Amino acid sequence: MALPPLDSVTWQSPLRAFALGMRSVATTVLTLVLFATYVGIGALAHDSHFSLGWVLGSTVLVWAGPAQIILITTLGSGATVVQAAIAVAVSAIRLFPMVVSVLPTMRTSGTKRRHLLLAAHFIAVTLWVECHRLLPLVPRERRIAFTHGLGCGLLLVCLVATTVGYGLAANLPVLFAAAILMLTPLAFLLSTARNCRQISDVLALVLGLALYPLVATLQTGVDILISGVSAGTIAYGAHWWRARA
Amino acid sequence: MSDWLANFLGDPHALLVLVVAGFLPNEVWRMLGLWLGGGVDEGSEALIWVRAVATAILAGVIAQILVQPPGALASVPDWLRYGAVAAGFAVFMLTRRSIFAGVVSGEVALVAGKWWLG
Repeated sequence: MALPPLDSVTWQSPLRAFALGMRSVATTVLTLVLFATYVGIGALAHDSHFSLGWVLGSTVLVWAGPAQIILITTLGSGATVVQAAIAVAVSAIRLFPMVVSVLPTMRTSGTKRRHLLLAAHFIAVTLWVECHRLLPLVPRERRIAFTHGLGCGLLLVCLVATTVGYGLAANLPVLFAAAILMLTPLAFLLSTARNCRQISDVLALVLGLALYPLVATLQTGVDILISGVSAGTIAYGAHWWRARA
Repeated sequence: MSDWLANFLGDPHALLVLVVAGFLPNEVWRMLGLWLGGGVDEGSEALIWVRAVATAILAGVIAQILVQPPGALASVPDWLRYGAVAAGFAVFMLTRRSIFAGVVSGEVALVAGKWWLG
């Protein structure tokens, strides 16, 4: 299911662009990964005695798998609201550079910030990866509508998965739960590796993987931020040095 | 009907906690990104740096799950987690970067190893 060429008349309608975005949900294996991850989140919420409405609300409002897992496990283990909020905020820092790097690719000269509000909310790892892959195939003035379609499609899939997991919870074996948790690192690693276009991307990925275990021994509470900014900056330095040479 | 709805939504206090501890601390980063990213030029050098940092932070999240595994994943020995990722990555490279083949192989390695260990 390829997208129509950039000059196709199909792209003249924002609604068609939205539909094409929604249809693109079926073209990526990450949809399956998200489905399984949200089955796991639904089951986790059930076991931690949250209501179905609560966990569906968290999927719509939070829309970031790791943050939802952290929120449910910290609150479920009796942490205070402040402790849970801090843990979620630290895990969500990665969303900031993702939003900064994706939004400029959607903007036209007439775009106001408020037009990008919903697209910014939809940005999480999956949408970040898919936007870098798909947006170059979409005419610039239809990219926001396309992203809205893609985001709504993925959200619908995840709401169904959350409900399924919530219903199945009691019947999920430990091996299945371990396999679901393993999906996140595998899919994040491979989809990021496929998206590497420049030497700085490859270096950032490799250095980020290598530095985290070292920084984690310091137990600063913001280990991921420290290792991420250092590794990313070194990677950018290598790019700058090569470009200059 | 109202019983069903009350049951579906659960404790109103828990919904407030969802907004305060889940939605707001998460969304603030997206809104900061929107506020700042709204003005960055697509071809700028700063954006290459930002993308490198985003990639490296994501690499950190991946490493964290593997090194300090949550929940049921902690029941899998270290060597098996690392081995499963290595197997998945090897197949990914051999299949000309097929994410599907890589993810499936990694999962098969994990489940087979765990099953074999008993």
